[in-house]
Amino acid sequence: MPEVTLTVDGKKITAPAGTLLIEACKSVGIEVPSFCYYPNLSLQGACRMCLVKIEKMPKLQTACTTVVSEGMVVTTDSDEIKQARKSMLELLLGNHPLDCPVCDAGGECELQDMTFSYGAAESKFMEAKNHRDEQQWSPVVFFDRPRCILCYRCVRVCGEGMDVWALGVQNRGVSSIIAPNKEDHVECEECGMCIDICPVGALTSGAYRYKTRPWEMKHVGTTCTHCGDGCKTTLGVRRADTGMEIVRGDNRDKSGTNGDFLCIKGRYAFDFAHHEDRLMQPLIRKNGKLTPATWAEALALVGKKFGEICDREGGQAIGVVGSTRITNEEAYLLSKFARVVLGTNNVDHHRTADFPAFAAALRGKPGATASMADVFTAPAILLIGNDPTEQHPLLAWQIRNNVRLHGAPLYAINSRPIKLRRQATQFLQISPGTETQLADFMAGSNDAADALVSPSTSKDAWLALRDKLKTEQNLVIIFGSELRGAAVAELVKFGASVSGAKFTCLGDYANSHGAADMGLYPDLLPGYHPITGSSEFHREWGRVPQSAGLDLPGMIRAGKSGTLKALYVVGSNPISRLNIDPFVFSNAFVVVQDMFLTETATMADVVLPAANAYEKSGTFTNTCGDLQLVKKAGEVTGLKGDFEIIVRIADAMGFDVHKLVPFGRGTQADMGQTRGAQSGEADRHAVWLEARGLEPKMSPFDPMAILDEIQRLVPGYDVSRMNLLAGNSQHTSLAQAGAGAAHKPELISSANDNLFTSGTLGRYSHALQSVIESHEAKHSEVAAD
Amino acid sequence: MKFSDTFEVRFAEMVTHYPTKRSALVPTLLYAQDEVGCLSDEVIAELAQRLELTELEVRNVISYYSMLTTKPRGKYNVQVCTNISCLVRGGEEILHHCQKKLGIGHKGTTPDGIFSLEEVECIGGCSWAPAAQVNYDYHENLTAEKMDKVLEEYRRKEMQ
Ligand code: SF4
Ligand code: SF4
Ligand code: SF4
Ligand code: FES
Ligand code: FES
Repeated sequence: MPEVTLTVDGKKITAPAGTLLIEACKSVGIEVPSFCYYPNLSLQGACRMCLVKIEKMPKLQTACTTVVSEGMVVTTDSDEIKQARKSMLELLLGNHPLDCPVCDAGGECELQDMTFSYGAAESKFMEAKNHRDEQQWSPVVFFDRPRCILCYRCVRVCGEGMDVWALGVQNRGVSSIIAPNKEDHVECEECGMCIDICPVGALTSGAYRYKTRPWEMKHVGTTCTHCGDGCKTTLGVRRADTGMEIVRGDNRDKSGTNGDFLCIKGRYAFDFAHHEDRLMQPLIRKNGKLTPATWAEALALVGKKFGEICDREGGQAIGVVGSTRITNEEAYLLSKFARVVLGTNNVDHHRTADFPAFAAALRGKPGATASMADVFTAPAILLIGNDPTEQHPLLAWQIRNNVRLHGAPLYAINSRPIKLRRQATQFLQISPGTETQLADFMAGSNDAADALVSPSTSKDAWLALRDKLKTEQNLVIIFGSELRGAAVAELVKFGASVSGAKFTCLGDYANSHGAADMGLYPDLLPGYHPITGSSEFHREWGRVPQSAGLDLPGMIRAGKSGTLKALYVVGSNPISRLNIDPFVFSNAFVVVQDMFLTETATMADVVLPAANAYEKSGTFTNTCGDLQLVKKAGEVTGLKGDFEIIVRIADAMGFDVHKLVPFGRGTQADMGQTRGAQSGEADRHAVWLEARGLEPKMSPFDPMAILDEIQRLVPGYDVSRMNLLAGNSQHTSLAQAGAGAAHKPELISSANDNLFTSGTLGRYSHALQSVIESHEAKHSEVAAD
Repeated sequence: MKFSDTFEVRFAEMVTHYPTKRSALVPTLLYAQDEVGCLSDEVIAELAQRLELTELEVRNVISYYSMLTTKPRGKYNVQVCTNISCLVRGGEEILHHCQKKLGIGHKGTTPDGIFSLEEVECIGGCSWAPAAQVNYDYHENLTAEKMDKVLEEYRRKEMQ
């Protein structure tokens, strides 16, 4: 874009042609106040807050709708403009309640800030205010009409951004109101975007409203624990009786790829931490009943039992099930613990995508994976399978907004009429189960197209589509778990014929990709290195059993036959998720680490209450392979993170934990005192370290020590630590991954979560449950009509 | 939902006039209202579907225009202007007269369903103020007596 030169407040500035004046001013630090203007939404020109003087134009102009032009001379601050702003605010405040001290937005309200900066000290309005009672539009959305200043941001973000169109404007002039799509309630995706984008306290959320004041919270930027998209979320935490309580989730600072996007799960489903069923202390089965015990007792018992079984039967008598919601450091540690401490390769997890096949197909192809940011900027997208609107809300947001703002063509092929077809240049429906033929066809087998032909799509149309796709540049190819095994390789083969093509393989949970990368497989070590053979891991870890271990079905069989003597389940609920008969493990010693007494935990011999992802630190790898920091926000006293628990079990087994976690080397630091006159120094020290991007690594429970090892040993993870610590996502790569192993695609089972469910975890979120109930209630009403 | 053949002919022609379907919304709403009497939920759903809009969008537009209504009104909708020109020429008095005469207020409907009354903004008859509009007919230079005659006329029409 050619640059345009203009003068603002006497300063010569340049901006690319086509830039809005308000943005050009912002880029040089000149603030033009605005309400209705919002980047990436359609222009509204409704609030008139952004009036500026442009020479040779008769009246003041709205900076939010004016495009810069060569030689333009602009004044953003003059008596005339000051007066205009004052008048605009006076009109807005005409019917606005002046009760900021009790308003939910007080302290972070744009109207409050503007009035403070630009408003008049007094109002000439004498008329009584037009009061209306607050309305509840859904379990999530509340509307307080008199506070609304009619900026229409909510209407636009819901329609243009979310493609839901649940909000509208009714009546006209002073009687205009924001209206929900179903008379007195909204029927929508409950994302809360409208609430967060509202500049005032007109829209408030069921989760946060009137719980606290903004200045009473501490804000921690971390990564969402739900789906595989890895939204950055800023959690507002506050002191509570049990530690630190999370009271809000948003991403208003727009840090992270997701900008200010979050779906309902990231924004509101953090409440599981304080669910009344949360396990608060270890349980040990005594006389057939799970009985509360101390950590010391429980860990000693687990250490003793695991040790005995290892000595007596060897490690192969123990099975380990990992999680897709634990951090990379924990997954890596668990993988290492199983091999090195227990001496077993019986390691598995709930597989939701064929990452090993993906890694194998991309071996030696650098730059072939698309990051979440790429999905928004890609010049064209091919989407095969999956329903991102339900299963990958951020990915769907990226796709929609790429299509809307950049005009990228979307080609979607699916066995269901997914909602994203509305954005698609071309949507092709195929019969369920023909995805494999689709991959074959794409890779060049014209015969395979026969299975794809339907009354709406002829063979010629398929051939034309394939030709068309091959002409696209830098196509991003996104595929769901419908494609696995050989089909993934075929699709990658097709990608080789498109210049600059990149791929994304969709896995379901927050760290599904990480769990796979960290080797929670019976036949793969971290980085997809085959268990047989030699790799850095064989050298560094020392004792890696040489033959492939049991996968989950194998463990079940071994449980039945009695050869499996112990099962160690970390943050997973296989009994319910994979529909396993709960009694198969009744002869084994079962240890479960979880937040709740899940179906799996109920049959355990020892249950260890674990912290969740919002209560610990580490990293997650999202489904695109973007590595992001997980930071501790909430805290519940008495619980331990999975990392610490694993290390403690190793210790209780008499294992030298230095061989497990490389801690205590390098940095030496005075960590200060935690009690007495100098208390708090430890915290200050941590702040100092953090500000310098340094980490203590002083204790065996410090995940950063393992991150060192991951970055050193796991291929593709040698990203910039500085950028990572600064809170940016860092794209990992699969190009140097290990050779992988023959895999069993049939073991992949999709989580099939929708917008309002989140595996076992979702069942413990009141926010999600109340939305599910309200949606069900409405559907049954309709059915009864 | 079924509309008359006349409606269908007009609708089919109307949509061809615009580059996008949604542009035909306002005229279509008027046709539908003239035929059905008001824009019922059923009408809204039907038109939303035909013009590829959400029902909410259709409702937003209806709420914007005072000439469109979702509630049934009398057979003859008496719209009395009280905007500037009419105001200075006695429009308010005409309105009050109608209220007394018909026994209903703004947006009311007589029990027999013949008349409803509305106070409206300028209807473009300023040169002959005060003015009123009954359905699509204009009545100008009104006085109380003249208004009585106008109302009589409609009532007689109805009796026939
Ligand atoms: S919660 Fe989301 S989907 Fe629902 S009305 Fe608000 S923006 Fe629209
Ligand atoms: S509810 Fe909030 S976002 Fe929506 S128009 Fe009113 S002030 Fe703007
Ligand atoms: S899209 Fe996924 S990562 Fe983002 S907030 Fe929702 S559940 Fe969390
Ligand atoms: S910000 Fe420009 S008119 Fe509202
Ligand atoms: S003011 Fe009454 S018609 Fe114009």
